[in-house]
Amino acid sequence: MWLKFEQRPEPSRAMRYLSPLLAVALMVASGMILFHLLGKSPTEGFKVFFLNPIQDKYGIAELFLKATPLMLCAVGLAVGFRGNIWNIGAEGQLLMGAVAGGGLALHFHGSASPLLLPSMIAAGALGGMVWAAIPAFLKTRFNANEILTSLMLVYIAELLVSWLVHGPWMDPDGFNFPQTRLFHEKAILPIILQGTRLNAALFIAIGALVAGWIFMNRSFAGYQMKVAGQAENAGRYAGFSARRTVWIGMLAGGAMAGIAGVSEVAGPVGQITEHISPGYGFAAMIVAFVGRLEPAGIFLSGLLMALLYMGGEQAQQYLALPYSISKVFQGLLLFFLLCSDVFITHRLRWKK
Amino acid sequence: MQPSLLSSILFATVVAGTPLVITALGELVTEKSGVLNLGAEGIMSMGAVAAFAVTLHTGSPLLGVLAGLGAGMAMSLIFAVASLTFMANQVASGLALSIFGVGLSAFIGKPYESQALPSRATWDIPLLHRIPVLGHAFFEHQALVYFSWILLAAVAWFLYRSRTGLVLRAVGEAPAAAHAVGYKVVRIRYMAVLFGGAMAGIGGAFLSVFYTPLWVEGMVAGRGWISLALVVFATWRPARVLVGAYLFGGAMITQMFVQGSGMHLSVPSQFLSALPYAATIIVLVLISHNRATIRLNSPASLGQPFSPEA
Repeated sequence: MWLKFEQRPEPSRAMRYLSPLLAVALMVASGMILFHLLGKSPTEGFKVFFLNPIQDKYGIAELFLKATPLMLCAVGLAVGFRGNIWNIGAEGQLLMGAVAGGGLALHFHGSASPLLLPSMIAAGALGGMVWAAIPAFLKTRFNANEILTSLMLVYIAELLVSWLVHGPWMDPDGFNFPQTRLFHEKAILPIILQGTRLNAALFIAIGALVAGWIFMNRSFAGYQMKVAGQAENAGRYAGFSARRTVWIGMLAGGAMAGIAGVSEVAGPVGQITEHISPGYGFAAMIVAFVGRLEPAGIFLSGLLMALLYMGGEQAQQYLALPYSISKVFQGLLLFFLLCSDVFITHRLRWKK
Repeated sequence: MQPSLLSSILFATVVAGTPLVITALGELVTEKSGVLNLGAEGIMSMGAVAAFAVTLHTGSPLLGVLAGLGAGMAMSLIFAVASLTFMANQVASGLALSIFGVGLSAFIGKPYESQALPSRATWDIPLLHRIPVLGHAFFEHQALVYFSWILLAAVAWFLYRSRTGLVLRAVGEAPAAAHAVGYKVVRIRYMAVLFGGAMAGIGGAFLSVFYTPLWVEGMVAGRGWISLALVVFATWRPARVLVGAYLFGGAMITQMFVQGSGMHLSVPSQFLSALPYAATIIVLVLISHNRATIRLNSPASLGQPFSPEA
């Protein structure tokens, strides 16, 4: 007797939406086992990790604040992933967006122009796009694997930020700390919920999700990308340009990641430092997958992933566990999702 | 006797290239079976932290390396279950493994940060290490450096001279045909993935037990990804992995020597640190732009899931 997967006659629609829930349940269950193994009470661990962070208004505002860059990056990445464009360099594109948008804020420090913030956001989008254009160009022109090039550019972007904040952009009055001066208040995104840090970037993220939904589900280019991603040969036969798919996929990811970068430096961080992002660009890949590459799903999975970040902070504070436990949970979630996805196309059967 | 500058540069190049050689050769075998495992970065991180912890507690670098090997196999087993048994997308599973491994290693390694291991004595090869310049550069190394050369020979022999290697390549080129003539495609791919994981684990162990010898979060610093690029660079041929790894090793140590030599360059250190990553991109471009070479050499079924029932 042996369990075997058997192909379903048709992919299960129900499982398509149930498998993320199954993955979350498995992640929570294994998390509780992990707490137990670490000598903590599983129920206490669960409470601290998943419930404590969102007990009050401030916590819920923080949840949306952290979800904002994740949603932004993930919706951009989803456009590419649908077309089989594996941009895994969103973290670097986020940093370059922060550099471009933040650079503007530093250059026009003290300017009271109402155009400053919109220009910063546009510059951020452009910065991310420029960084994403490199792998797109190398892929379309030289056939270079975008997975590896986009990732190498993350390391380069990190070093570039490090150079800027240690060198030319270092705050002269900052006691030699590797950071720029704090942005002027006109270069900071307005708070939308008093008494919290939640800022207007949330609206941009929701706008991006809506725009992403329209592009992916209502536009011809979005349809072409989906076809090209699901059946490359069919796409080619229909005359869809593979080059264009690469460019759209990469630039969408870059633009959104760049805006996410601005939302951090012009939001909770308020300056450029070496710690703009706790790996939002990488976590966003999980957000995109768990959200089924669909904007509504990304909204929910963005909140879930933000909760995992906040749970990590709580676990550090109250359970004396390293903050990196967040990343363990994030990785587990993606694994469980990828594995439970088999049930969309297969079912389990006893085989004698 | 003080080794000459050239000798020292060659020596450091070989040392810096060694984890790349070991990891990339493992990945090469995995890819030859048709499986693309993008998890090398996560596996190396776990190998590094496991090896460091065990060496610190036992005092035995051998046990440490074995722990790295075991951690690497355990990690790649997770990937194999997802991508081979559950038929998940290999790219996504590999990314998941990298994210998971980097996170888990940081979690496990937290208590070990800011501790250091004693540096290990080298194994000087009798007679050979007395050769001027080359002796120090190539024959006064840690055991794992020699291991990487033996591994190269073994992998080349296995793939091109052994029957099992032939079967493995057949599975990578045409899994359906290999299945039709009775080979267990999934089982063979499991073996190849586990071997690749074991080697990446040893590659990580080399970093934390011999190369630095300490554990810091993020110390693998992209070497897993560079190893993946090396396999493309080598167009899936073992000997070229060694050449490529030493070229990258050279790029990595350039910074050290420029800074250590007292040369007053106006180039910021971050720009030098970016060299290996930029080099990876340039090399990928140079190799990949000839599409025919890539298509001819890469295993035909690379990255595609296989299900025996279909």
